[in-house]
Amino acid sequence: MIPQDSLVVVAKIRPDCVNGLQSLLTTMNFANHAGFADPANPLVSFGTFETIHFARFVVLADNTLEDRAAYGQQLPRCEPTYLCFMVDCDGEADELLAHLVQKANRLREIFEHCEGCDGTTDMLIWLRAHRVQPMASYVNWVGRTVVQVKEEARLHCALRQALSGIPQRNPQQLFAQLRQSITSLPLTPIPSTPLAWRIRNLTHMLLPLLLAAACLALFPIITIALLVVALLLFVIALRRHEQADPIVDQPYERKKVALLRDGEDHDVTNQYTAMGSIKPGRFRLWTEIVILYGVNWVARHIFTRGSIGRIGTIHFAHWVFLDQRRRGFFCSNYDGGHEAYMDDFINKAGFGLNLSFSSFIAYPTTDWLVAKGAWLEQDFKRFQRHHQIPTDVWYKAYPGLTARDLARNSRIRNGFEKAIMSDDEIRR
Amino acid sequence: MKAKAKTMTRPEVDKSDIQAIAKTAFNSLKGARYMLLRVIEPHAARRWLRGLAPANLDDLDRVKKNVDGETSTVEDAYQIAFTAAGLFALGVSEVIVERFSPEFVEGMAGDKNRSLRLGDIGANAPEHWCWGIGDREPHILLILFSSDDTRLETYATWMQNQAQDGGLSVIEVLPTSDMGDVEPFGFVDGISQPNFDWDRQRMPGTKADRDYTNLLALGELLLGHRNEYGLLTERPLLAASEKNSAILPKALHPPGNRDLGLNGSYLVYRQLAQDVRGFWRWVAKEAARVGVPMNDLSEAMVGRRINGKPLDDLILGRSIQGVEAQDSHLNGFLYDTDPDGLSCPIGAHIRRANPRTGDAPDGGRQGPLDNLLVTLGLTVRRIRRATSSTLPWPRNTTVWPFLRSQDDAVASARFHRILRRGREYGEKISPNAALDSAAPDPKAGIHFLCLNANIARQFEFVQGAWIASAKFAALTGEQDPLLGNREPFPTAPIAKPQRTNGFSRPGAQPHCGYATELPQFVEVRGGAYFFLPGLTALKWIASD
Repeated sequence: MIPQDSLVVVAKIRPDCVNGLQSLLTTMNFANHAGFADPANPLVSFGTFETIHFARFVVLADNTLEDRAAYGQQLPRCEPTYLCFMVDCDGEADELLAHLVQKANRLREIFEHCEGCDGTTDMLIWLRAHRVQPMASYVNWVGRTVVQVKEEARLHCALRQALSGIPQRNPQQLFAQLRQSITSLPLTPIPSTPLAWRIRNLTHMLLPLLLAAACLALFPIITIALLVVALLLFVIALRRHEQADPIVDQPYERKKVALLRDGEDHDVTNQYTAMGSIKPGRFRLWTEIVILYGVNWVARHIFTRGSIGRIGTIHFAHWVFLDQRRRGFFCSNYDGGHEAYMDDFINKAGFGLNLSFSSFIAYPTTDWLVAKGAWLEQDFKRFQRHHQIPTDVWYKAYPGLTARDLARNSRIRNGFEKAIMSDDEIRR
Repeated sequence: MKAKAKTMTRPEVDKSDIQAIAKTAFNSLKGARYMLLRVIEPHAARRWLRGLAPANLDDLDRVKKNVDGETSTVEDAYQIAFTAAGLFALGVSEVIVERFSPEFVEGMAGDKNRSLRLGDIGANAPEHWCWGIGDREPHILLILFSSDDTRLETYATWMQNQAQDGGLSVIEVLPTSDMGDVEPFGFVDGISQPNFDWDRQRMPGTKADRDYTNLLALGELLLGHRNEYGLLTERPLLAASEKNSAILPKALHPPGNRDLGLNGSYLVYRQLAQDVRGFWRWVAKEAARVGVPMNDLSEAMVGRRINGKPLDDLILGRSIQGVEAQDSHLNGFLYDTDPDGLSCPIGAHIRRANPRTGDAPDGGRQGPLDNLLVTLGLTVRRIRRATSSTLPWPRNTTVWPFLRSQDDAVASARFHRILRRGREYGEKISPNAALDSAAPDPKAGIHFLCLNANIARQFEFVQGAWIASAKFAALTGEQDPLLGNREPFPTAPIAKPQRTNGFSRPGAQPHCGYATELPQFVEVRGGAYFFLPGLTALKWIASD
């Protein structure tokens, strides 16, 4: 299989260029469909790159800097505005980047609005220099490529059509007939996993486990004692912070929400970008860093097949830090409406939201890091809308297909690649 | 507007402050009309409002006596509700109206994205509605009930004159017809409704809620009470210093505020025209094509027998919180025994409208470790098997040991329930009459009315994520078989238009049935979001 990688470029926009950049980005979209990239747009024709799953350009215009007032002078009230270019792709992101620079030669027009990029800049070097590594990333199905997604969707379509034309038979005969009907459909064999990636991945998985095991084996008492003390100190500090953190009222901004909604629900999948400031002080920052390390680890090694926790609607998601970790932003691509996404999250994974976002200013108060928080439903929903920013340009390679559609299509393909099949091919 | 305080005391529910429709459908009063009004002269209108006394829960006892035929003290009743535009027109300041929920303030037809999510596009689009937008957007809804039609006629005329004298104009007076618990297609309707915890004994969010519950916190229905999160749903509050606020009851939280929402609810009204002839003609044609009896197909679409009984193989008599014993033969079932929709298709109307899901998929009841695994999404798949199956193959032969994502695709139902209060209209005709090519259009439908405390999380979620969604429960290309608008989704230029007009019956024999080209059977003809105030709040609205 070909593993997925992400390309995240973050660059400071020149102070007077934000509006110009935003109107330029608008030209990449379909007319009348705010935020939806035309796959064939002349600036970056995403559709011509066979390995891109999702892509977005976002002007990271922070809506929440005012909220820092709750912490007095501890944080500056002004921060630069960045442009974020994010791509989820098959294979190495660096390869894609080289490819992009080569083929999308108008990329420069976009980044010229950013500091340090002009007509003479070597784009590849410049973009590489502005790449950032997300603190945590999630991929719905590690190893499923765009090519595979598209072929399997065609397979599903063809089978559905064939099925209605076949008179009722017993399951095995039906299966044989269906198989007959798809002989002309090519299915690219799934390539083998690159060895380098396998080694990297295994190391990433085992390193913390081995380290922990080694500590326990070599110095069992010291390790356990240290852990207990650390945990105790952590809990005390946590409770003190939870009780002392100022509560920042989050407004419902009707106009802004209307603007955000404008770009939603035109496809079965929606985009989400939100940003905010991390609470000042080392405690919240390091809690966040450790939690995101954990999120990244489980996303990479446990939740690699269709869902993260109980959430099966997210295609890709990334947590990224900004400004020497004073701020962070979160991007995701999720199936269904916004309200449903939030309800899904609160009710199925509220603890996860609390863990990964409670270090941000104005997050609804948590109890013991996992309780309350998101379960203060309406406070949380206002918080996330207040922090959300419109995604200027958003591209999805397979509109109309949800993560569950993709999983089902893969199951069907697996079924047809098997020689024999049970009578369970019921749900299409 | 923070709502915490589990320790807070719970004062008695003031029954005389709650409009009776929150607890009764006024079934004993067979006649009903919906009067849509607009405010012309706010001053006169407020005076008219001050003279009103909509039936409250205390009056309900008297209505009940009427059912028994003992006494008949109540033969007429009315209920009243306001749109945001109506509150403005009556002189409520913008600052205060803004404190109501965003959906209410924006209105059902107020936003393109909302229309898209609710399925109000194509033939359903607000610009085709008979009422609901522009100068046909109602300000006030007056629901009139009478014991019979002649009485209703007199009563409605009298009310209408009163309203017109009171500075209001009438947009529509919409009639209803008594079809006897049956909706226009001919199916017994209104069988499953949530029960509300009027005694407020329920502690939501405990382990018991991992299973489906039909008993809901009162705050899912009425504002100012605790909801399924144990919180007070957001509602308009007034500072003590604000005009006339002394009329209003004190808010439970935060202290010092007056509660304009207390004992009120949001009333969603959609007029749904049903193409009865089109429905049965399509069913007859499709049933003939696949060679099944007509009722097998139509009942699979609805998810119940035409007489309201659950479909075969669903295990009846399951004990469910909030389903009363006498209802068990109709509502004592869950879909966890039917994860693949072999008995009741996953896309069937009643399964979409209420998927009967708990907080956790099957599992999490075997102790703390199991509980933790379920919470983390690492569930082992367990299926309860039906004891007597009429199906030709074993109910479940899946070998995948972990819970498939599709088995956990549907949100927990207790956060997304609505209390239905509508009535039918038009002429009632039988399926056979509908098939007669000479049959005239009975012009029938439903005045769909429902109550809820959070429009976004309850009505809009059910309508958008469950009924209208082409991807409900990991299905694809199909919407509610009765209510769907059949509009392609997504559309060009974003994608090659994808159909939403399918319907699959995985349990059909000898192999799963898949119908395509379902026409649109139900059209939205009008709609609005109303605020159904408590009686004290009504006094405040009416005050000068």
